[in-house]
Amino acid sequence: MTAASVMSSLLAVEVPYWASSIIKLGVVALVVPTAALILGYVFLMKMMSFMQSRLGPMEAGPYGTLQLLADGLKFIQKEDIFPEKADRTVFALAPLVVLISTFLIFVVIPTGPDAVVAQLDVGIFYALAVSSLSVVGILMAGWASANKYALMGGLRAAGQLIAYELPLVLAVMGVVIQAGTLDLQKIVAAQANGEIFGWGGIGNPFILTQFVGFFIFLVAVQAETTQPPFDMPVAESEIVGGYQVEYTGFRFLFFFMGEFGTAFAFGALASVLFLGGWALPWGDITHWGFNIAGPVIMLVKIMAVSALIFWFRFTYPRLREDQLQRLAWKFLIPLSLVNIVVTGVFKVVL
Amino acid sequence: MTAVGADQRQQMAYVATQAADARLNVEIETEGMTLNIGPQHPATHGTLRLVARLDGEQVVEAEPIMGYMHRGYEKLAEVRTYPQVTTLINRIDWLGSFANEVPFILAAEKLMEVEAPPRAQWIRTALFELSRIANITLFLGDMAVQLGALTPVFMAFRDREFVLNQIEAATGGRFHPNFDRIGGLKDDLPQGWIDDTKQVMEKIRDFCDEFEELVLGNEIFQARSRGIGIVPPAVGLAYGLSGANIRASGVDWDLRRDGHEALAYDQVDWKVWTHPDGDSFARYWVRLQETREATHIVDQLLDGLPSGPIMAKVPRIIKVPAGEAYAATENPLGEMGYYIVSKGDLVPFRVKIRSASFSNISITPWLLKGVYVPDIITILASLYFILGDIDR
Repeated sequence: MTAASVMSSLLAVEVPYWASSIIKLGVVALVVPTAALILGYVFLMKMMSFMQSRLGPMEAGPYGTLQLLADGLKFIQKEDIFPEKADRTVFALAPLVVLISTFLIFVVIPTGPDAVVAQLDVGIFYALAVSSLSVVGILMAGWASANKYALMGGLRAAGQLIAYELPLVLAVMGVVIQAGTLDLQKIVAAQANGEIFGWGGIGNPFILTQFVGFFIFLVAVQAETTQPPFDMPVAESEIVGGYQVEYTGFRFLFFFMGEFGTAFAFGALASVLFLGGWALPWGDITHWGFNIAGPVIMLVKIMAVSALIFWFRFTYPRLREDQLQRLAWKFLIPLSLVNIVVTGVFKVVL
Repeated sequence: MTAVGADQRQQMAYVATQAADARLNVEIETEGMTLNIGPQHPATHGTLRLVARLDGEQVVEAEPIMGYMHRGYEKLAEVRTYPQVTTLINRIDWLGSFANEVPFILAAEKLMEVEAPPRAQWIRTALFELSRIANITLFLGDMAVQLGALTPVFMAFRDREFVLNQIEAATGGRFHPNFDRIGGLKDDLPQGWIDDTKQVMEKIRDFCDEFEELVLGNEIFQARSRGIGIVPPAVGLAYGLSGANIRASGVDWDLRRDGHEALAYDQVDWKVWTHPDGDSFARYWVRLQETREATHIVDQLLDGLPSGPIMAKVPRIIKVPAGEAYAATENPLGEMGYYIVSKGDLVPFRVKIRSASFSNISITPWLLKGVYVPDIITILASLYFILGDIDR
């Protein structure tokens, strides 16, 4: 059952396979820019401005809501500049690779009992795997720009993303052990129907039992999306934007959308894994109404997680590259291993 | 060089160079990379160029190249009358402009053998400290933004605004007051200015408290700045460092207390802050304490402001008698001095400007050896230079 089949049952017509595929593609293709717009406006423009005692955009649309659309239009109008010594093919493809990795994560994120593009048995495994594809795009961008700052940014990004894949995966392991499945839908169901030491009043959102995992997940996500305090790959004051330094116009827009789209996708993953996803612990979670209510519930949870991510972003200075690696290898990974052991022990004992 | 060469830091840098060359020969062929930091780089404030030879992300050698904003003020001053010169030198350290005028006027007053009346001296000192606050609050935010924290710089701009308003209310100019005159000041203070300024000083103290927690108390800020860019006192003195940069190395030296200029610092109760560490954190810490101390100085000056005229008897057309004089004060960035040679003319024969940033930046080739690229930014930010003050 998929989003398209829900639509077809609502319309009471049989949708052929090619048509449902196109609808799914359209939905995902719409979600990424919309997600980037929402996060960009609410957090990057407004929340950051209020934290810094200014108003943010106020002119384009009511309270500046259309500012990012205007910015997007502006980017599209800009000349598509290639540096003289750039490797043109790789340079042109790099933003696409980054953006595609973002698109692919959204494929498995469930927003209702049937509202999911593809329900995979190894959903979380798939999501984490495709999310690290963006490293390839960033390395491509850094190398192809023929710019020393871009190269340093690309290499920093590669080192950082590889180091933080591990705590990310290990933090998720605790959830997987508790739910007993890699399927994101079943993880949601396990939280809605679960019990905390025999008490099932609010189900078992894994943030309560896996709070260590949630903490590690958030830190790793911060590093994966290269946001401060882990934004060395793009550090404006050091390497002036890193791998993005030579990009202009819509290719830069792709990077921007990729960054915020990925932040949204990880917010969605965090709310699926730790906050109960689209479901509420009360009522029948197979009810079709959750296909309508699910996306709204998800959005609320995603915004809550994103608020945390962006709060850190606007507050903290940036670490140094070696300090970042030390944090990953000497603190986060051992901590997540301990978390897995403790979770395993509880799983066996209870 | 010999005093420096014995230092451990220099040895470490030497080892790093040797190791880089050894790696070059033994392992894979890795070329050193020459990185141009600036002139269009955000960390160099626009017009300083830093040529760094890198091995990976480690600096083997770094050389600052200055002069991109050289405006020739020393030469321009030779064709301008003494009152006209203050307009020029306002623009040397543009963040604390009033402080630039004071040592020049003091040197000219020495030659003229006039002394400003007490009230003028006290107001001069108060405005001097206000421009120190206006200057250093921006540093406190700027260094945080160099280290990647986006928010503090906006808070710094917000609270600096109050100080600029007070400077504007008294002098008529926010950035370039051009208020100091040989023998006194242009005008007396406007009505209500003293009370307003005291309220602003209260706000600046709150600002300092906030930054002590927000920036100095931040673990990441400490991790990034502690132990980075250590200047031993002997090396700092050898390179002619001054101001908070040398006080952060534990050298208790402040021209406000140790100088002999006709300012009202000896009339108020205040303290010179030093820090024993000499690293980037210490430089930030000392500047934060100095900002708070400056608010106390201003408060006391305004409380005890003597009455009387604000101008001494000075001829309408100023002709400075022949002679030579030097005056130096403790400016926000460090020691700033003017050496004036006069031939008894309407214009100075020669003016030599000793600006603090020019000397402070000269330590960078020594200081940047062996550090990582992110630390270049920390060190440059903590040394705190204004390009106008380097190039003049």
